[in-house]
Amino acid sequence: MNTRRSSARGLFLWLPPLAFLALFYFYPLGSIFAASFQRAEGGMIAPFWEALTSPSIRRVLTFTIGQAFLSTLLTLLIGLPGAYLLARYRFRGKSLLQALMGIPFVLPTLVVAAAFNALLGPRGWVNLLLMSWFNLSQPPVQFVNSIWAILVAHVFYNTTIVLRMVGDFWAHLDPRINQAAQTLGASRWGTLTRITLPLLMPAISAAALLVFIFDFTSFGVVLILGGPRYATLEVEIYYQTISLFNLPLAAVLSILQLLCTLGLTVIYTRLSLRVSRPLSMRPQAYTQKPLSGWRSRLLAGALIFLLAGLLITPLIGLAARSFTHLNLPAVSSRSAPSGLTLRYYQELSINRREALFYAPPIASIGISLGYALATVALALALGLPASWALSRSSKSGESTSEALNRWLDPLMMLPLGTSAVTLGLGFILALGRPPLNLRASPLLIPLAHTMVALPFVVRSLTPALRSIRPRLREAAEVLGAAPHQVLRHVDLPLVGRAVLVAATFAFTISMGEFGATALISRPEYPTIPMAIYRFISQPGALNYGQALALSTILMVVTASGMLLIERFRMAEVGEF
Amino acid sequence: MEVNMKKGTLFLILTLGLALSACAPRALTVMTHDSFAVSEEVIQAFEQETGIEVTFLESGDTGTALNKAILSKDNPLADVFYGVDNTFLSRALDEDIFLRYDSPLLANIPAEFKLDTQNRALPVDYGDVCINYDVGYFTENNLLPPQSLEDLLKPEYKGLLVVQNPATSSPGLAFLLATIGYFGPDGYLDFWESLNANDLLVVNDWENAYYSEFSVHGGTRPMVVSYGSSPPAEVIFAETPISEPPTAALTAKRGCFRQIEFVGILKGTRNRAQAERWIDFMLSARFQEDMPLQMFVYPVTRDAALPAEFEKYSSIPDETSVVSPEEIAANREVWIKAWTEAVLR
Repeated sequence: MNTRRSSARGLFLWLPPLAFLALFYFYPLGSIFAASFQRAEGGMIAPFWEALTSPSIRRVLTFTIGQAFLSTLLTLLIGLPGAYLLARYRFRGKSLLQALMGIPFVLPTLVVAAAFNALLGPRGWVNLLLMSWFNLSQPPVQFVNSIWAILVAHVFYNTTIVLRMVGDFWAHLDPRINQAAQTLGASRWGTLTRITLPLLMPAISAAALLVFIFDFTSFGVVLILGGPRYATLEVEIYYQTISLFNLPLAAVLSILQLLCTLGLTVIYTRLSLRVSRPLSMRPQAYTQKPLSGWRSRLLAGALIFLLAGLLITPLIGLAARSFTHLNLPAVSSRSAPSGLTLRYYQELSINRREALFYAPPIASIGISLGYALATVALALALGLPASWALSRSSKSGESTSEALNRWLDPLMMLPLGTSAVTLGLGFILALGRPPLNLRASPLLIPLAHTMVALPFVVRSLTPALRSIRPRLREAAEVLGAAPHQVLRHVDLPLVGRAVLVAATFAFTISMGEFGATALISRPEYPTIPMAIYRFISQPGALNYGQALALSTILMVVTASGMLLIERFRMAEVGEF
Repeated sequence: MEVNMKKGTLFLILTLGLALSACAPRALTVMTHDSFAVSEEVIQAFEQETGIEVTFLESGDTGTALNKAILSKDNPLADVFYGVDNTFLSRALDEDIFLRYDSPLLANIPAEFKLDTQNRALPVDYGDVCINYDVGYFTENNLLPPQSLEDLLKPEYKGLLVVQNPATSSPGLAFLLATIGYFGPDGYLDFWESLNANDLLVVNDWENAYYSEFSVHGGTRPMVVSYGSSPPAEVIFAETPISEPPTAALTAKRGCFRQIEFVGILKGTRNRAQAERWIDFMLSARFQEDMPLQMFVYPVTRDAALPAEFEKYSSIPDETSVVSPEEIAANREVWIKAWTEAVLR
């Protein structure tokens, strides 16, 4: 009876996120594509033909897809057992562990390269140890400039996506379903593969999609850790745009990258509608148990060891380096750097060169936090209505809003699959006239961060919202609740936890700062990553040391931020 | 009535325009790359002297910043663009983004730096991309540093050098150009093939090469492509005060490539007079002498004095390898492609 009204409501919910994307995404992107093709001398077809017939571009495309596929698979293999651990068990230091494992996500690639170098580089701790144990003259581990570096770095960056998205969903699955299955004679393996995994599919596929898109559009990791023999589409777009100024070809490659993202997202959208089903979500207090018995302790210990080894050791290596004298002993002595120092931290607060753009670390922290908070607020304000619209119609059979959702859902994901170089140039072209003269405005930074955070917010919220039994809403409506009351008293309390996951993603994405070079920045307001880059791009031990010190500060600030968001759960609208 | 309203609007626009142009002369925007740095007091001196307030916009690396200036040329973001170098100069001039300005201070600059004869792009500074070596390693192993680019092919230097990929790194491209200027467009590939056979390491960026592979910092290779000004930077940014730099640049004849950076007034500026004053300031001794310790580049004007660290620890090559901006623009893609085939495949 109220089909029309409710599809109008769907459209209304879509309005804010769509207006945002239209203004800050489609309009700039359209402008740069138009300007690029205007520059094509042989007409619009020529660059398409060039891209499609070039064997080197075909090689790049094959490699891009292949490495993304492998990276995603590895990330899931490591992330899913970790998600199980975090979902089903309570143990001391769990939130700290979780916050630490989220740090990689925010680190600039140059810093991650430095972290891996401190650990696995030619004179990193691992190589020095192996050389002294086996009396070798050359470092045995060759890590940087290999495909392994790319895969390991992708796992390092993205495991937290799986841990958070799947782990959170898993934590609210009713364990009684499994118990029932086992009572009925199912084996542990059978319960896992036939009950748990199918129920987790909405969260697993959402996480896998995000990880895949991240790996597929990878730039810094491939460029800096993979070395000159590997290139993804994004690296090729950068080369064609910046080095060769071949804008038509770059535009074609950007479009190719977008089409792949779109295709993948459309498949995902279809699948996710099929796999998601209403569930009785249970509070964590109910589903989690403490570690007891040697089996579960051993399993948990092994998992924590694996995750910490992969995700946290490089961070420790990096932090340790920032407190150690960097004046390395001569190559021949083969000893590790030694001697503690606070010099790099002290130096951060001194404007030794009386430089105009110097900012004390506390100022950079403030600037980064300011942008991050703005991003969290904006991304939630836009993402909540979109996710609500997405979750509402999928089962009530309203054909108009369902069709709307089928088309609008993939659109939300597109910014993630878009080349930062291309979009950055689009901003220059499109946002240069009043009232939208934002090209050089600091406002553009949280706007750009929100664009990347929005898909995460939507993907974190939608599975949770979809799994709410419609009967609960219907019951509320029957009892006379208005739509906003249903939202306030039924949906919000049920998804409070997912909102926190979404907020954490938005916060970390902004702290890590997407595409510093894609935007125009005011050098007197550097974020922490910008300040790090300034140090690391100049020669001298003191510069490198300060870059490491500031990276350590970035890690601490981010982890504290994540722990603080976690705290909100306590005050949350009663996690039912 | 309608006419009146139009008149009213016109009047409003005129007043607004006047009001705007009355405050405009005090502001100037300079667009630049992310390596730009300057002393606080130098900018203060300029602002006090002229009453012009300067805003800086950082826009990514040199190539990215230039592309942004080109794409916004119908509606420029700034009045002045600083930082285009000779490897990108042709792109800037072909796209016609600069206005001509015959600054009186050009007389102070040697002709070798004035690559644009029409003075749309005016030289400000230069830096030489040279091989740097680990002094300690060479003394310890009783090894003499190579005296020419050919020397790098000798067996005693096998596995000692790390360079950057010219497709992704600006010093990497500069060093490729040095070899092209030295061996000629027909000979450079043979050199690189032999160098590759002598166990060459290629990485994508300067940071990795210098801090992860170079033996003075985290690596094992005692020779790296960097700048002629890196040795004084090593002294200034040493962790504990040192009297001699741990590195030195190889300034062998035509073994380095000179990067020259230019400034220009962007077409479409409404602050032409202020822009000219800014450029004159950049070419004055005050700014020129401030650059070395801020950006680790050398001044182009004849009378600018070098800081003591530069005098003491850096050597300027007598003769660098030369490839003109026009040749670079015409052949960049071909040269990089051929290099990639020869070295990376």
